Amino acid sequence: MAGVSTKEIKNRIRSMESTKQITKAMEMVAASKLRHAQARVLNSRPYFEILYSTITDIVNSNSDFSSPYLTKREVKKSMYVVIAGDRGLAGGYNSNILKLVTAEMADKNVTVLPIGKKAVDYFRSHGVPALTETYAEAADVSIGDCFSIAKQLTKAYRSGEYDEIYIGYTNFVSVLSQTPATLRMLPLLQEPHAEEATASDILYEPDSTEVFEQIVPEYLGGVLYGALCESRAAEQAARRTAMDSATQNADEMIADLSLKFNQARQAAITQEITEIVAGS
Amino acid sequence: MNAFSLKIVTPDGLEFDGQAEELIVRSTTGDIGILAGHVNCVAPLGMGRATIITDGVKRYAACIGGMLSVVDGKVTLVPTTFEWADEIDTARVEASYEKAQKILSNKDASNTEIKLAEARLRRALVRRSVASNK
Repeated sequence: MAGVSTKEIKNRIRSMESTKQITKAMEMVAASKLRHAQARVLNSRPYFEILYSTITDIVNSNSDFSSPYLTKREVKKSMYVVIAGDRGLAGGYNSNILKLVTAEMADKNVTVLPIGKKAVDYFRSHGVPALTETYAEAADVSIGDCFSIAKQLTKAYRSGEYDEIYIGYTNFVSVLSQTPATLRMLPLLQEPHAEEATASDILYEPDSTEVFEQIVPEYLGGVLYGALCESRAAEQAARRTAMDSATQNADEMIADLSLKFNQARQAAITQEITEIVAGS
Repeated sequence: MNAFSLKIVTPDGLEFDGQAEELIVRSTTGDIGILAGHVNCVAPLGMGRATIITDGVKRYAACIGGMLSVVDGKVTLVPTTFEWADEIDTARVEASYEKAQKILSNKDASNTEIKLAEARLRRALVRRSVASNK
């Protein structure tokens, strides 16, 4: 009896150990990828922020023309660009962003542009129409891709295909904290409490319509790239944390099982001694 | 000469942050020169050479896409790509040039391919000319 159970425990310890090795390796891979992604986020953040604040400044100080990008239309069709990961085992990373986006688009007529395999699969299985599924590898999407997506979307927005464009991504707050968020990319609306005319007499070169025509796709591409960098870093951070706790759990279970194993072994020895003593 | 604060940021990071005396960039409609005390202005950028003068020293760079904004005397250049003349990878530029030429000489290329190749060729030419007169 005792022999069988020690053997069983031994097997479980062994399998636990190999699982631990895998999670440990994944953690280390994620940690090294995280370092790269983090550096990229820190590099791209000033661009992202300056681009955003410049555009907001222009939008808020502007009142003399009505570009299609600045006016709110009745929303018949929405576009959501959703950035998720390519693989699972990243804690709540994929499910958090997908849950948030699904909740937000519940009563809207939505087309999505999924980026990342998990997003593609999710929207396919939920029957949400996707504009394209070319971006199934979030890790392969380059800055050039971001700009071509942006161009395509601005064109579709202008032609009235979509009345608003949102982006769903995950903010990389820190290594330990990532928050999913959505951001409206178009239309660009004035903030209601914006200070009146901070820079009201802006010179547009050659003219305001032309400037917006050129800058909006550029802005969208930049924001998209920024969001992508944030999401990638968040994914690696989430995976690292998840794998770290998985490794810890494995450690705990191994310690627990080792104790049980030793107890069982000791019990078997004691029993044997008792049998020998009783027999003599 | 009076200086103004200039910031140049690209998706790859902060390229320049400090005082400059003059900035000349190629906008979509032609070259624009900025001196201290310029009126508030916004302009989209084309492809071309950017000249930055700091402490009387001229520096050149290949500056492509994005925009220029001057707000309250602060100048911000937000290009899509920005490379100082001495940082341009000439081997890559030549490779890109060759590739674009090849597509353009191909009669079966589709319209979008030709458009992309034209843009590529233009970028390569800008980079090459900037790199050659450091």
